[in-house]
Amino acid sequence: MTAPARAPEAPATGHPAIDARGLTVRYGDVLALDAADLRVESGTVCALLGANGSGKSTLFSALIGLVPLAGGQVLLHGRTPDRARKAGLVAYVPQSERIDHSFPVRVVDVVMMGRYGHMGPMRRPRAADRRAVAEALERTGLSHLAHRQVGALSGGQRKRAFVARGIAQGADLFLLDEPFAGVDKGSEATITEVLHGMREEGRTLLVSTHDLAGAGELCDRAVLLQRRVLAEGAPEQVLTPERLAEVFGITAPGASARPRHDGQEAAWRR
Amino acid sequence: MEALNALVQWFTVPLQFDFMWRAMLVSVVAGAVCAVLSCWMTLIGWSLMGDAVSHAVLPGVVLSYLLGLPFAVGALVFGAGSVALIGVVNRTSRVKEDAAIGVVFTALFAVGVLLVSKIPSQTDLMHILFGNVLGVSDADIAQVLAAGAVVLAVVLVKHRDLTLYAFDRVHAHAIGLNPRRLEALLLGLLAVTVVVALQAVGIILVVAMVIVPGATAYLLTDRFERMLAIAVAVAVTASVLGTYLSFHLDAATGGAVVAVQACAFALAYLFAPRHGVAAGALRRARQARRTGEPADPASAP
Repeated sequence: MTAPARAPEAPATGHPAIDARGLTVRYGDVLALDAADLRVESGTVCALLGANGSGKSTLFSALIGLVPLAGGQVLLHGRTPDRARKAGLVAYVPQSERIDHSFPVRVVDVVMMGRYGHMGPMRRPRAADRRAVAEALERTGLSHLAHRQVGALSGGQRKRAFVARGIAQGADLFLLDEPFAGVDKGSEATITEVLHGMREEGRTLLVSTHDLAGAGELCDRAVLLQRRVLAEGAPEQVLTPERLAEVFGITAPGASARPRHDGQEAAWRR
Repeated sequence: MEALNALVQWFTVPLQFDFMWRAMLVSVVAGAVCAVLSCWMTLIGWSLMGDAVSHAVLPGVVLSYLLGLPFAVGALVFGAGSVALIGVVNRTSRVKEDAAIGVVFTALFAVGVLLVSKIPSQTDLMHILFGNVLGVSDADIAQVLAAGAVVLAVVLVKHRDLTLYAFDRVHAHAIGLNPRRLEALLLGLLAVTVVVALQAVGIILVVAMVIVPGATAYLLTDRFERMLAIAVAVAVTASVLGTYLSFHLDAATGGAVVAVQACAFALAYLFAPRHGVAAGALRRARQARRTGEPADPASAP
């Protein structure tokens, strides 16, 4: 976290980091995304809020071209998802239950996987790759854990390891899927610090979360998703009691735009 | 002294026979190649897929025999075909994937058994089912060595990509790799490996060869490179011991090799230093003594 700020390898094209229009995704008869529009400027941290089943994961999948679109188009830094991926611009930080914690890889191996797109077909690491990995580990405060197996880390440390993988990759756009789920308060602060450091370098972060209070502290922008984008703007504009009631089906007592964290969290995470 | 002598003879006497050398060669090569692949099979959770592909190649092998082609050709066609068919049945019906796998591979296997029973042949095609490593021909050996070399060469070049695919295929996709292609590659390697192993242990026991060494090694280490090394060591040892056992007991070689592998797994399951049952019980007992001291996951060794 002490390393000097380093410009990401992304081109300063003047295009928004994410420019998605009319995204529509169907799973059989189920409409998972219904003409969702999303525009995220380069260098912002944007929260993606929505209840379970609101299409947050589907939106991520659509952005990286993992699901076929029934309609709409995506541009990432002005490029198609395919070209953006091949240029190594996009990093995906998975939800923790998607990862096999007993998989026999070390933290340093996971972070090195971020470099594969820069390597030859055999993925033999060169000095530059080792340097990028060491730097990413230091940035995320994981250098002393580099040789641990991933399962031997706490939830927050593991999350940082995957962020480090994206940093080593040199990605400009980070898609973080529920980064605070299963993470204790102390680790949450560390992760937030790392993410803020990344914003300072001009990287773009799209963070899906149930955690409404955390979203206000972390993010410049917020997007409220319910199969389509219901609201988009500064967090305090988006997180109004009325909208939250509409999306999460609850009424926030005290009508606070920034709901308290304690006690209500279970309801948000319903 | 006499006991030592007997032991030495137990190992040396069979080697006077040429067929034992050949059997040993095929068993060891097949064991090692299968063991390498078994690491990914175990980590991805593809044991049912291994079972499916290994059974589904039977009609392909029989047809290759009829047409005078190398076994590997028919096995590849039917191995890949079965995987594609499983995918189609899974996607286009409400049947769940494990049922689709079960239906497709048993159907193909049944066709293979029918063909075997109706085709008159000099070399007994039943050997394909149960293996006949003590009677392998030069052509068989050449095929095993060639197919094994192909698998090992591909793995040598692609092992990091395969591990990435097994660990996090969304990341593979996100950095511009093609996870579907990696999956197809791994399934293709599986089909070729099945051909290598069926000479040694027969189609029915091939699945053991592509699962058990990896599962054993997985209990013994948290490092992938070590897992590969341990799996190969376990498999090669089992191949050598199993072939000797089958000689001395005058019993089926395939069964003997797989039985030794199973013993290795049982030992690891019980006594592995960190992930074994005994070590787990010991740890829990110690923790119970230090009551109210939950283990910090970050401070685990």
